[in-house]
Amino acid sequence: MSAAALERAKQILGTAVRSTHDKCGDETLVVDATTIRDTMKALRDDSELKMNFLVDLTCVDYLGNEPRFEVVYHLRSMTTGARLRVKAPLAEPADGSSPEIDSLVPLWRGANWFEREVFDMYGVKFRGHPDLRRILMYPEFVGYPMRKDYPKERRQPLVRRTPDEA
Amino acid sequence: MGLEFYTSKLGDAVNWARKYSLFQYPFVTACCGMEFMALWGPKYDVARFGAEFPRFSPRQADLLIIVGTITERQGPVLRRVYEQMCEPKWTVAFGVCASTGGFYQNYSVMPGADQCIPIDVYIPGCPPRPEQVLDALQLLQDKIQKGEGYIQKRERAEHEAVKAGKLKVVG
Ligand code: SF4
Repeated sequence: MSAAALERAKQILGTAVRSTHDKCGDETLVVDATTIRDTMKALRDDSELKMNFLVDLTCVDYLGNEPRFEVVYHLRSMTTGARLRVKAPLAEPADGSSPEIDSLVPLWRGANWFEREVFDMYGVKFRGHPDLRRILMYPEFVGYPMRKDYPKERRQPLVRRTPDEA
Repeated sequence: MGLEFYTSKLGDAVNWARKYSLFQYPFVTACCGMEFMALWGPKYDVARFGAEFPRFSPRQADLLIIVGTITERQGPVLRRVYEQMCEPKWTVAFGVCASTGGFYQNYSVMPGADQCIPIDVYIPGCPPRPEQVLDALQLLQDKIQKGEGYIQKRERAEHEAVKAGKLKVVG
């Protein structure tokens, strides 16, 4: 559907693109995570592509794979109607700390809450985000619940009945 | 007999009045709310049971209906709403989510609202049929008449404790 857009993107991005595919009609670019902001800016500002709408920003945890995480962006051009999916594989640092990637808030203000959600659920840090706090879970919450190694039975209650009410 | 007889008869009359004048506070959080609206509509008409007035302040309500999924994050809010209600008060868990957490078993959903407040009547169903809710309301009315609501039982226990000298009334 957006094959032309994919070709054009490959052209302008050059070596930043690691691979591409169009499975199930979804044109996808796998790109280098370290230069994600430049890549996205190029896609947004290119006179032909005009990928001016950040539809979605999320993350996937492929526990056991290397690199473990993948930050996924969906772009759409409101001018041409083309859609592109951009994936940025992100390795977990060896010391177990949070993986980091550049924030897209300087490009799209709408990325703000998406990035907070990804931080909240997966613990991915977005460099340059103006206010990187949890957005869905409460501040007391420990850990990142959408990571595949978060035990599903684990509860972190804020309040429980007092024993005399039982 | 004597005084005991009259106080228990008076208690029955008071409970009878209470059970037909429930003022509900709907704590609606999720999809069950749709069925809850049907309950209020003319077809099922909960007004027939004397419980038609929703109160949007817990201080004016004596029946807390928890309609929908309760998350751990909402726990303190629900607890506070419950504590703000004047006694005597009753609670109903509407739907499996409010009763047990339903099909959610994850990091965010509280496994039943009874984890954080006492519940008098549980209604199963996802969402429950309005008939089930009317049935639950009648169950609750029976409980109120018999003085078996959680708060009523606690009141009685406290009363006994005072009589037995185990608890002191101060002020
Ligand atoms: S019991 Fe079913 S209908 Fe009710 S809140 Fe839960 S999921 Fe929604």
